[in-house]
Amino acid sequence: MSATKPAPSPSATMVRCAQDWRRRAREQTIISLLILLVALVALLDVIRPGMVSLNWISSTLLYAAPLGILAAGQTLVMLTGGIDLSVAAVATAAGYVMASQATAQGDARAVFFGLGIAAAVGLVNGIGVGVLRVQPLIMTLGMSLVVAGFLTVYQVLAVASAAAVPGFVTAVGSGTSLGFIPNSLVLWVPIAALVIWGLRRSGYGRLLYAVGDNPTAARLAGVRVWEVLVVDYVLSGLLAGIAGIDLAGLTSTATIDLGNSFLLPSIAAVVIGGTSIFGGRGGYGGSIVGALILTVLVSLLTIIDAPEPFRQVLYGAIILGVAAAYTRVVNE
Amino acid sequence: MNELLEATGIAKAYGAVVALRNANLSVRAGEIHALVGANGAGKSTLVKILTGAVRPDRGVIRIRGEVLGTHSPAEARRIGIASVYQEPALIPDLDVQSNLQLTATPSGPFRRWLSELGLEDLDLRTVARDLPLPVLRVLDLARALALDASLLVLDEMTAALPADLTERVMDVVGRQRSDTRAVVFISHRLTEISALCDRATVLRDGETVGVVDVGEGSEEAMVGLMLGGTVAEAAREGAATPTTAARAGGTPRVAVRRLRAGTKLHDVSFELHAGEVLGVVALEGQGQDELFRVLAGAQRPAGGEIRVDGTVVRFGHPSDAIRAGLVYVPADRMEALLVQRSVRENVALPFVNTPLRWGAINMRREARLVDAAITRLRIDTRAGSEVRRLSGGNQQKVTIARWIAAGVRTLLCFDPTRGIDIGTKREIYALLRELAAAGAAVLLYTSELEEIQLACDRAVVIFGGQVVAQLPAAEADEPTLLRAAYGLLANGSAAAGSASAQATAGGQP
Amino acid sequence: MSSSAATAIRPAQPGALERAVRRNGWTIGLYLLLLAFLLFTKLIHESFGAFDIETLAIGALPLALAAAAQTAAVVAGGIDLSVGALMALANVLAASLMLNQSFGTALGIAALVLIMGALAGALNGALVVATKVPDIVVTLAMSFVWGGVALLVLPHPGGGAPPEFQALASGRFLTEWVPNALVVLVLSVGLIWYPLQRTRLGLSLYAVGSDALAAFRSGVDVARAKIVSYTVCGLFAAAGGLALTMTTGIGSPLAGTYYTLSGVAAVVLGGVSLAGGRGGMLAPLAAAYILTIIPTDLLFLGADPNFGQVIQGAIMVLVVMAAGLISLRRSGA
Repeated sequence: MSATKPAPSPSATMVRCAQDWRRRAREQTIISLLILLVALVALLDVIRPGMVSLNWISSTLLYAAPLGILAAGQTLVMLTGGIDLSVAAVATAAGYVMASQATAQGDARAVFFGLGIAAAVGLVNGIGVGVLRVQPLIMTLGMSLVVAGFLTVYQVLAVASAAAVPGFVTAVGSGTSLGFIPNSLVLWVPIAALVIWGLRRSGYGRLLYAVGDNPTAARLAGVRVWEVLVVDYVLSGLLAGIAGIDLAGLTSTATIDLGNSFLLPSIAAVVIGGTSIFGGRGGYGGSIVGALILTVLVSLLTIIDAPEPFRQVLYGAIILGVAAAYTRVVNE
Repeated sequence: MNELLEATGIAKAYGAVVALRNANLSVRAGEIHALVGANGAGKSTLVKILTGAVRPDRGVIRIRGEVLGTHSPAEARRIGIASVYQEPALIPDLDVQSNLQLTATPSGPFRRWLSELGLEDLDLRTVARDLPLPVLRVLDLARALALDASLLVLDEMTAALPADLTERVMDVVGRQRSDTRAVVFISHRLTEISALCDRATVLRDGETVGVVDVGEGSEEAMVGLMLGGTVAEAAREGAATPTTAARAGGTPRVAVRRLRAGTKLHDVSFELHAGEVLGVVALEGQGQDELFRVLAGAQRPAGGEIRVDGTVVRFGHPSDAIRAGLVYVPADRMEALLVQRSVRENVALPFVNTPLRWGAINMRREARLVDAAITRLRIDTRAGSEVRRLSGGNQQKVTIARWIAAGVRTLLCFDPTRGIDIGTKREIYALLRELAAAGAAVLLYTSELEEIQLACDRAVVIFGGQVVAQLPAAEADEPTLLRAAYGLLANGSAAAGSASAQATAGGQP
Repeated sequence: MSSSAATAIRPAQPGALERAVRRNGWTIGLYLLLLAFLLFTKLIHESFGAFDIETLAIGALPLALAAAAQTAAVVAGGIDLSVGALMALANVLAASLMLNQSFGTALGIAALVLIMGALAGALNGALVVATKVPDIVVTLAMSFVWGGVALLVLPHPGGGAPPEFQALASGRFLTEWVPNALVVLVLSVGLIWYPLQRTRLGLSLYAVGSDALAAFRSGVDVARAKIVSYTVCGLFAAAGGLALTMTTGIGSPLAGTYYTLSGVAAVVLGGVSLAGGRGGMLAPLAAAYILTIIPTDLLFLGADPNFGQVIQGAIMVLVVMAAGLISLRRSGA
């Protein structure tokens, strides 16, 4: 950048210094998270020597992908100070509808149906939160009930057509290329790149932070906050839909509780990744590492035969501990 | 010694903003003691400290010689301080009866005071939310009276009351004089203080600058103390000398006619021309907040008309005002800043505010514009990664930089210099002059009256939601403005000459 | 300003009856709606009688108590997403301890479980106060913790309770038209909430929910009020868990999950403001009955009872959206 400015003013230099410092601070959060991730993997290797291999990494990434994509939508929503409790129901709906329509409609149209439903639910959420100013928690909770209920009914009605996950979806969700590269990275990597780039370098990304930090200030600066929120929830719905289809591919089956166990991990991944539950700070990089940490944690707990209850308590303690720590940082 | 209350050396700062430096207040039993001072002098903070709602950084409070230890409203009540705050204190969702129960207020005395205050037929089962503001104020007063406290603290008790209720309140408060009790009475209305109080403590910039025995001529003495002695010099040191506004004629940039909004702004008309800085002067709560919010598109007017460059405009959202070239720097920086975000993102916020600009940001262009604005305002960005770590002055500069980064036509500045250091204040005055010289129109509300002559070409004074005076800067010295702001000036600028003559006569006690 | 200003600002004084109706309009409307549902059910299902009323009361009992728990948290400006997990915990604790015990011991265990619920709620509240993390996040995290503990107590559905204990909720009281489940509900709400609501402490819950700053200035201990509200919430949640034990006869570690969301739905439908400070217990209880009767009616109508969940969610969403629309139009006018 300095090449275009032969004589940068002192204050301009200061800006850049400040930006350097800030970038370092942000990377440090991610670095400490990465250290935690590596430590967990090392622990895993100590407990069960030889377990960590290329194959293990490959399957961990495959399992982390749906959570990571779900966490992308959750990140976008939480950056605005909201929360989307409908992501699990939407993911399930997208995966199940896609699988049950595949035989009758053809694979591509079935995927389109699934994503369409996901976006539609997101749109309703967005209108509720952005236009009618319903608390995000209540709005998305209510929509998750509606979606899950409809799905149950749909299952009864559509019982004739068996749910069959299309082959290419399974290939993407659970296959690998060249022996170890997980295919679902085809979905996850572009999404991650787009979200990270968008949050840093696009006008819309800026507005997500602005609305989350201070909606009043955003409004006074001429931002129509509702437009930002409606698009935000649609994006969250779409990403949840993609995650649901990926998940259906991963498990090769589609049931009506496909994604249910992913709701709280999707929030936990974002919170661990350093995105503030109050909005305005954070990013998707942290959420990715958060999703990986959670996935590794699950395999760790499985290996040491930790009972499910223990796992749950740990989840709760982590969310609360991390949220309290970040709150302290914000209030300092 | 019959000092009922003795507060000495009270200091309180909110972050970088100093509200009280060294306030002293001594109230004798049996007196009604006024607390006066210009906007931002620290009256409300002192009240909150006395009543336990806020903990002071320094200072000692003694009640009947005994040092007040813990600070909480419950503790203050226990030792006999009852208060009426500026904002109604009844819980909005509870009925009056439950509110009494919540605060353990005896209902017999409460009813008695209520009937003294002329609300004897109020139904105590009414939910507080459904009551109009004046009634809520009177209920707060009756509740405080019913507690039978030895010290009653009334903050702007009469501000929202109609004339006849004011009279009753004054009457009831006046009868509170007794050997064992006292009242602290805060008001912007000097005539009320003259009629009711025995002594007055004057605050200026968070310090007690004098105690006046109320009587003949004490109004002038109070005004003199509020203004302080160093005003004249400060004005001469001013960084910028206003150019005379010889830009009348032609279409005004903004013309406001008979504007009404909310409950406070009743009928305001004025014109703002390109190339001038127009000052707005008003005591707190005279409708100036509503005026600026309406012009910024943040609030809908109830009536009247706004023209921009001769065309009638209706703003439904701040973005409408911004499109018409009206940009707004609000009083509360926390309303304008993204405190967790960087200086750059804060300044660049308006660049991305429509869906058409949601795509990729031209980072190079943005850096250029932001850097230019930062340089022009001399913002110190060493802590620029998070705006909340900047000093108050630098934060304020960021809120202004946002609008001048891409060029400004009409700038609405609401009290941009409150609570910031003198050096930054000068820089801001200079900047406003510079913007005006470059053809922008600037509307500046300020709570610091000497700023009018430092930065403005003209001033309009608002009192009770109406324009009561329009003065050229040359005539708008502090005494004149203060009198006008207190509604003491006869109508319009015609009276300005004689009023300022009076002021010079009365300014030397 | 004229001299009649003081009279002009005085509000109109409505009659006592008019005010009672206006203030409790939502509650009255809900009870009328419930009555209409009952009549409608009778209409579509000839044999609907005392037995079905009893079934309805039994079915609605856990949800009604979950709604009561949520109401206690919401009026003080909070929200408790761990209600369902707490109910599950109380349910499995009771079922695993009561198995093969005498009725007397079972009652003692029930008291113990209630105390446990209150303490768990108090811990929720203390965490909200101490960490300053939003209520939603704290209780969401705690829902994992309580759910995990419930799984620890009883990994799979099981346990049991003495028949006399189960009979507390089934069966009828005095006449065949008053089911025991209704009596249990009225007693628990009547013994816990109504005495509390009359005290300064109870008022302080509403005060904190309505306007925390004004409450502080009125001398209310805001932290204490928060903790008390969550304690009462935990107590009702534990009662809901006991109701699950009574009505199902066993303990199930996952039985509670449904009640977090449904409880919120009942609270929203019950006109309790999610912003806090407004609403009572009567309306959410009626809402719980309405939410329970809808799937029954759907079954009678031959529709899929799973639509019940759709309707619950849709009611919740529509009620809050309508409230948003109303406040939007009011502020725009």
